[in-house]
Formats: sequence, C-alpha cells, structure tokens
Amino acid sequence: MTAGTLASARIGVITFPGTLDDRDAARAVRLAGGEPVSLWHADGDLRGVDAVVLPGGFSYGDYLRAGAISRFAPAMDAVVDAAKGGMPVLGICNGFQVLTEAHLLPGSMVKNDHLHFVCREQVLAVESTSTAWTNQYLAGQHITIPLKNQDGQFVADDRILDELEGEGRVVFRYQGWNPNGSRRDIAGISNERGNVVGLMPHPEHAVEAGFGPDGEHGPRTGTDGLGFFTSVLASLVSA
Amino acid sequence: MGRVVVEVMPKPEILDPQGKAVVGALPRLGFTQFSGVRQGKRFELEVDGDVTPEVLAAAQQAAETLLSNPVIEDVVRVADAATDAAGTITAEGVA
Repeated sequence: MTAGTLASARIGVITFPGTLDDRDAARAVRLAGGEPVSLWHADGDLRGVDAVVLPGGFSYGDYLRAGAISRFAPAMDAVVDAAKGGMPVLGICNGFQVLTEAHLLPGSMVKNDHLHFVCREQVLAVESTSTAWTNQYLAGQHITIPLKNQDGQFVADDRILDELEGEGRVVFRYQGWNPNGSRRDIAGISNERGNVVGLMPHPEHAVEAGFGPDGEHGPRTGTDGLGFFTSVLASLVSA
Repeated sequence: MGRVVVEVMPKPEILDPQGKAVVGALPRLGFTQFSGVRQGKRFELEVDGDVTPEVLAAAQQAAETLLSNPVIEDVVRVADAATDAAGTITAEGVA
C-alpha cells in the first residue's frame, strides 16, 4: 500500500441537516491519504465515490427517532443501492442510526439506560478485522476513541444478537464499562458482506496527534481512529 | 376535515428509560400509587375529507413504516379521532 495507489480513492461524506461531524470525517479521510468528497443529502448522485461515510450529529434534530427521517433522503437511496452492490459504507453515531433505520444494519438505538448524555474516551475491542473498515487492525486489539451520544443503547432481539455473534458481525465491543446499556456490550456491527459497518463511538475524532484522546505517548496523542480510514483505502486498493 | 390518531409504544421487552425517569419523579410530588410508567407517542394525521377505510389503511401503513420502528416499538392504535372508533390492531393490520 503506497500513497500513490491511494491517491485516487474518493470517499464521500454525506451532510444532512443537523450533521455535526462531516468536516472531521472529511479531514480523517484526507489524513489517511484519501480524497474526501462532500455529498449533500438532497442530491441522489454520489458523484462516483468509492466509499461513503455517514457522519455523526443530530440529523433532523433526531425528530421522530434518531436517523428516521434522514433515511428517506435522496442520497440514502443511492447509498442503499451502492451498499448492496458492495460499496464500503461507514455509519458513525447518528450515521449508524441512519443505517439501522435504512435496514442496511439490524437492530436499533434507544436512549442510554442511565438517561444522560455521555462524552468520554472509550476503549473498544476490535472483534472483526474482516470488514472494509477494520482490516488494518489486529483481531482483539483495544483502541481508544471518543464516544458522545444520548441515544446510544444498541438493542435487538436475541435471535438477531445470536446471528450477529455467530456470523462474526460484532465488530466492536465496549471494554471496561458499558456506557449506555447496549446489548452484549456491542459498540458496532457489520452487514453479512462486511462492507457496511456502523458504530456509536467516533473514530474521526482520533486521527491526528494533538486533537485526539490521550494515548500511550502522552495527552491528546491518540490516533486509534485512523485505522478505519486506512482500512477502507486498503480494501479499495485490493478490490 | 378528518383526523386519524396513531399511537406508538416502546415494545414491552425494551427497557423504556424515559418512562423509568418519570416513575422515579412521581413520588416526589406525592404520587406514590404508580409503580410503573411507559412513555409512548401519539400522532394526529389530518386529511381534507372523511376518514375512510382507505385512509385508515394508509395510516396503518404509515404507522408501520415511518411513525414506528418495529425493532423497538409497537403500533398500538390507529383510529378515527372523530368517532374514536379504534380498529383492533393485529399483526395483519386494522381489523
């Protein structure tokens, strides 16, 4: 994998009304060596991107349910089609909620069990490295990235949970403390094919020393989130 | 002008954190008789004409596809607000 082969990878970042983290997501793509492409929710044209990130925030103010209205955006019709064709799609926080509402991922998110907004540096175990967004991590690797949400409790019935576990589709699990009551400590999951991944914590906020969580080299040195974006670039090169 | 009422509740097996918070606050006002609260949503859908069976059927469909998420919620009522003639909600729809 060299910078030269990655230069052509174009990663779309969709902005919905109320999206907050689109600029950080675009910046993460750039720092990983890709070319970020800004996409607008009302535009059904994905402009030929190779992968798509649905960033965090409060699209449509979380009215009705988190992600429920964004799901019907013209851009999402295109994302659903592209995802079914194998295009890598990453949903972060509100983006994860949109992916569940769009039925690209199973389950749903409800209010945190303790009812408080939570904002912290969260340790996760990477349990699947066979997805488009985690292939640069080691199986079982612990990473620390920010977590910030109010509706972060992942729920699904036992049949779906057993299916996710059995098929190796639990991609991330909370370590140390379950911050929201998520079933089986699940922080992120993938679809069957592994091209669609959603998680509540925010990898795009941990990609550059000086701006991320505390790391082994000192305060704010953590860049554990960068692997998401180098992973998708690697998966596009090998595809 | 007609109006259809749609009511959506969190599934019984899903912990309802909002209801839990409300039941915790009630005793502070002296309401000690309530041992549980579940909080749902009520929608009022307006139509220009009468609430016909077709309108109720469309409301039922809207309730199941947009107004609720079947993973976490149940549609418990779809009814004509004027006559308050609630359909019986079954898995098959309005009976």
